[in-house]
Amino acid sequence: MTDSKYFTTTKKGEIFELKAELNSDKKEKKKEAVKKVIASMTVGKDVSALFPDVVNCMQTDNLELKKLVYLYLMNYAKSQPDMAIMAVNTFVKDCEDPNPLIRALAVRTMGCIRVDKITEYLCEPLRKCLKDEDPYVRKTAAVCVAKLHDINAQLVEDQGFLDTLKDLISDSNPMVVANAVAALSEIAESHPSSNLLDLNPQSINKLLTALNECTEWGQIFILDCLANYTPKDDREAQSICERVTPRLSHANSAVVLSAVKVLMKFMEMLSKDLDYYGTLLKKLAPPLVTLLSAEPELQYVALRNINLIVQKRPEILKHEMKVFFVKYNDPIYVKLEKLDIMIRLASQANIAQVLAELKEYATEVDVDFVRKAVRAIGRCAIKVEQSAERCVSTLLDLIQTKVNYVVQEAIVVIKDIFRKYPNKYESVIATLCENLDSLDEPEARAAMIWIVGEYAERIDNADELLESFLEGFHDESTQVQLQLLTGIVKLFLKKPTETQELVQQVLSLATQDSDNPDLRDRGYIYWRLLSTDPVAAKEVVLAEKPLISEETDLIEPTLLDELICYIGTLASVYHKPPMSGPPLTTSSVQMGAVDLLGGGLDSLIGGTNFVAPPTAAVPASLGAPIGSGLSDLFDLTSGVGTLSGSYVAPKAVWLPAMKAKGLEISGTFTRQVGSISMDLQLTNKALQVMTDFAIQFNRNSFGLAPAAPLQVHAPLSPNQTVEISLPLSTVGSVMKMEPLNNLQVAVKNNIDVFYFSTLYPLHILFVEDGKMDRQMFLATWKDIPNENEAQFQIRDCPLNAEAVSSKLQSSNIFTVAKRNVEGQDMLYQSLKLTNGIWVLAELRIQPGNPSCTVRAPAPTLRPWSLPFVPCQGVVLVEDAVQASLQAWLEPESVRSLKRTFLESFHIHPVRLPR
Amino acid sequence: MIGGLFIYNHKGEVLISRVYRDDIGSQAADSAVFSSSGPFLGERLGGSVRNAVDAFRVNVIHARQQVRSPVTNIARTSFFHVKRSNIWLAAVTKQNVNAAMVFEFLYKMCDVMAAYFGKISEENIKNNFVLIYELLDEILDFGYPQNSETGALKTFITQQGIKSQHQTKEEQSQITSQVTGQIGWRREGIKYRRNELFLDVLESVNLLMSPQGQVLSAHVSGRVVMKSYLSGMPECKFGMNDKIVIEKQGKGTADETSKSGKQSIAIDDCTFHQCVRLSKFDSERSISFIPPDGEFELMRYRTTKDIILPFRVIPLVREVGRTKLEVKVVIKSNFKPSLLAQKIEVRIPTPLNTSGVQVICMKGKAKYKASENAIVWKIKRMAGMKESQISAEIELLPTNDKKKWARPPISMNFEVPFAPSGLKVRYLKVFEPKLNYSDHDVIKWVRYIGRSGIYETRC
Repeated sequence: MTDSKYFTTTKKGEIFELKAELNSDKKEKKKEAVKKVIASMTVGKDVSALFPDVVNCMQTDNLELKKLVYLYLMNYAKSQPDMAIMAVNTFVKDCEDPNPLIRALAVRTMGCIRVDKITEYLCEPLRKCLKDEDPYVRKTAAVCVAKLHDINAQLVEDQGFLDTLKDLISDSNPMVVANAVAALSEIAESHPSSNLLDLNPQSINKLLTALNECTEWGQIFILDCLANYTPKDDREAQSICERVTPRLSHANSAVVLSAVKVLMKFMEMLSKDLDYYGTLLKKLAPPLVTLLSAEPELQYVALRNINLIVQKRPEILKHEMKVFFVKYNDPIYVKLEKLDIMIRLASQANIAQVLAELKEYATEVDVDFVRKAVRAIGRCAIKVEQSAERCVSTLLDLIQTKVNYVVQEAIVVIKDIFRKYPNKYESVIATLCENLDSLDEPEARAAMIWIVGEYAERIDNADELLESFLEGFHDESTQVQLQLLTGIVKLFLKKPTETQELVQQVLSLATQDSDNPDLRDRGYIYWRLLSTDPVAAKEVVLAEKPLISEETDLIEPTLLDELICYIGTLASVYHKPPMSGPPLTTSSVQMGAVDLLGGGLDSLIGGTNFVAPPTAAVPASLGAPIGSGLSDLFDLTSGVGTLSGSYVAPKAVWLPAMKAKGLEISGTFTRQVGSISMDLQLTNKALQVMTDFAIQFNRNSFGLAPAAPLQVHAPLSPNQTVEISLPLSTVGSVMKMEPLNNLQVAVKNNIDVFYFSTLYPLHILFVEDGKMDRQMFLATWKDIPNENEAQFQIRDCPLNAEAVSSKLQSSNIFTVAKRNVEGQDMLYQSLKLTNGIWVLAELRIQPGNPSCTVRAPAPTLRPWSLPFVPCQGVVLVEDAVQASLQAWLEPESVRSLKRTFLESFHIHPVRLPR
Repeated sequence: MIGGLFIYNHKGEVLISRVYRDDIGSQAADSAVFSSSGPFLGERLGGSVRNAVDAFRVNVIHARQQVRSPVTNIARTSFFHVKRSNIWLAAVTKQNVNAAMVFEFLYKMCDVMAAYFGKISEENIKNNFVLIYELLDEILDFGYPQNSETGALKTFITQQGIKSQHQTKEEQSQITSQVTGQIGWRREGIKYRRNELFLDVLESVNLLMSPQGQVLSAHVSGRVVMKSYLSGMPECKFGMNDKIVIEKQGKGTADETSKSGKQSIAIDDCTFHQCVRLSKFDSERSISFIPPDGEFELMRYRTTKDIILPFRVIPLVREVGRTKLEVKVVIKSNFKPSLLAQKIEVRIPTPLNTSGVQVICMKGKAKYKASENAIVWKIKRMAGMKESQISAEIELLPTNDKKKWARPPISMNFEVPFAPSGLKVRYLKVFEPKLNYSDHDVIKWVRYIGRSGIYETRC
């Protein structure tokens, strides 16, 4: 009897028939019916209508039937969540079954039923199964935690499953350990900051022990997890490496590659002088070569990884060139990858062999492969100078074959060889010119035109050759058009007498008849250059070109390091890091956050929440000095004009090149005449040109958002730096951040999207009309409860009251009043934030004593009423004061100021309202 | 991890479809996992996984061009595939999985299926679809591979519909401890009246030679396959003429070094079945293990030094004008005259525009096979240190094809009764302390077979 018959039932009324069979009394018939249902499901028929009938078959002691019903449940439970509940009882019962296979089956299946209602019932059975006496049940339960986490992460945390899972790492059974590691690693990935795996020397030791005992798959889980660990010193790194190296002899290629990953990563920590370092390098080569005798699919994965390894540590495989020679019946994907590695390993020592091979490959059938082989010959010439001549003659031989695509490819690479070794191989130009007519690909045409233009003085009929291209100018691709324009201008500068007409013709074609802006611009530049100053034109157009570098195709070092950490995974196959970072939020408003700030604002302005101020002395005597303070204030304001604006911190690196594939961003924030801007400095530390920049902010506490798109006018070439001032507005969406002044930024370019976060100084948010009315100040100050007050000292501030006041004003912290009490100057300051929140402060300055005391109520306390907020209120003022004073203070005193603040904060913690 | 696993026939119809994770269907995550292809229900259920299933069919199986990579990325979903005869196995994922592991798993899956029902064909898969689902449920949990040793699996996935009450508690726990245990590949309590083992040293010798007879690359990839019929839990130790071991031992007695030093071979690298204790091999270079019952591959190895190349091919191709080629190929056997090579086949490629071929060979039979564009010369047997020759005249049709003939290399197939690497099995000791049989009671057999791998000579 075979099962294939189940695939053939297609008659009408099938569902009814099945229904009847499912409800049959005969067990055999029932089973047959379930099999038919599963077969229909597989081929894509909808059999969800049978749900209740199938679930009815669940209560059986026939394991095979039970498994079939479970399979059905996993597929349809989601579409029938209410009915799926019917199955819960059986699951819970099965989790108590004396047979461990059934217990495990139940817990495994339950985790696959992604219905919220069921997950609630899953918790208790899962808890029991995690502590089951049978390792088979425990290893299944460990994976189930990961399943549950995927459905409801919060539930897993609340139920304490994560801790139980962590305990399983110390389980006596190696397979339980391996599955627990796999589950924890997966969960940890969604909580990058949490220290879930908590790897330390003890737990590492446990993992290394389990490594020797578990299945091949378990070994992979453990090795992949080990790769995330950072040993504390080189000793530990070495001892881990020593225990991992035996895995290199495993028959499973994935075990080998994961071991290679661990070793490659930890090797970074070992000193190169160490004997062990050399031993390790030697041990790595044989297993990598062995991977090439695996099945072709695995060979492909291995080759993609070897490509990375060879770039990172060329010494490992430098003597193994021969194993990368292409076999005639290798699949094409293996051939292409081998070729890539051959070029990377090419050196003076083996170049003869490599060239002989490449020449063979250039006569193969597959067009892509042949092209790549021809290109490889050119790359060899550029990489190994001694071989250049041989390469050129090989390429000439290939051109003689007249195979169209071989010729074109050869011409493209010869152009590069000319650029690398100027004035050496130009004798071959005549041969190249013979093939002019057969070139039909833009790249080859462009290369040929470049050659003719560059060496126009040596080619007698250069004008004729170029003219022949000109006829179909508008049908050419942009690449060719641009090259033709430049080529003819070069020709004209070299032979001005005969080619005047030609250059006129091309310039008018480029500027008047073309609608391609690049072409037009270049045309105009040449035209103006030629018409105004031919000598300058010559200097510009015929300038000596920089030599091309040999390693243009290398993966840039920061990316390479990242990819090395992903050896064996898909990222290493694609040579792209996995997607990471938070998704960009759109500009929708989160209502809760707005309410928080909005509520704060209302109550502040209404002043209803404010209670009496702390020290009786200050407000009592406040009335008197106000009159005199007012005149002072006027004096002060007149002096403001001389100040240049608020304090600007020096630029700090926000996004290191390491993390952003070579893009380094540093910057600072400024506020000038009412407008906030973010001053950015973008540096391209990668090997490729960057374009298409864009910037976006995540929602933040004060609704900061770019007021204009990020304008980077020209592409950013390697090692170039550009400075941009990005205007900011405060009308973006609001969400309270922790800390308050945290700003999450996403920057996009042609390579990828990068994320970073930075803290902005709060004083950029102080608005120009932040000076509170005196009466209002007085009333508000009185109403502030003393619990909300914070006090701190600024030491070594050798300024008198006037200087402090004017300096603060430049940062939009205004002196509302000033008085003198017992020889101390008291300044009453106010400021207003962009969202309308007011902050008040009192500054006490003792003449002769270079420290000043700041007392600031934290008005924002009440409405937010969260424990961390008072500090924020204080930090706000402190930051502001600090920022404004910073310009005068010695670095030393800045530090002490910070320290003083912290000390005073610890000694006099802000009391919270009850 | 693996999000789903699909098996297709050559037409791209799905035979098996098992989904482990919702993410592979992307957007339509809340719709049913399976949807009908019928117009009404299909729309209602908006099949998310169907999308993935179809994407692979359209982009890979039905692709116009030959597949350029075993890993395909379609709409941020990655598909890994392997093909066995005309059956496609595809693993699907959206995560950054361990790619090597996925392929190893797919091969393993093929091995497991083959061990249960033989050849992987559409017929067999349809006949055993319930079994396959049961296996997939067991060996892949949430996309994580679990114990996939057939020895262990066969103890509890039997397709007999085991009824739980028929198993005793001991039996059950024996199964689970074996599946999760340190020796997951062998069950306890195996008994044989006759303890016997067979060792096959199977080597494939690979060569790429230039027309002038220069060895461009040569290596032997070998396997030691063991068939064991041993009682209990036998502890085995395998020894061969590994240069490193011999030299280590030879330090004591200078005699032995000179005697066996020549015979020892340098192994470039070797890998072992998971039963072998790798740390012991790493520290002492001794190969010790408890073998699975029945047949398994104990080790694989590779050597590149001092390879005995069983045959030398000397080609001579002469172009006579534009319409004629003269080919002469000499083969020389290079091993002890007492040994016989078998199944010798020399394949001489001919140009596509060949119109006729005349062949004369000294030994065996030669034929021009137009469909394969080659002259195939077969010799049943050939002793060592002999030489044979074939000459052919190839008539060509005149063509205006500019492209020159690529001249693929001349390839050879053969089988010889020795190991071209020079590997010799020195011993295989068996210890089973609990049962009363000793190493001497075990009947042991060793066989060496050298086959051609890719054995090519350029012409």
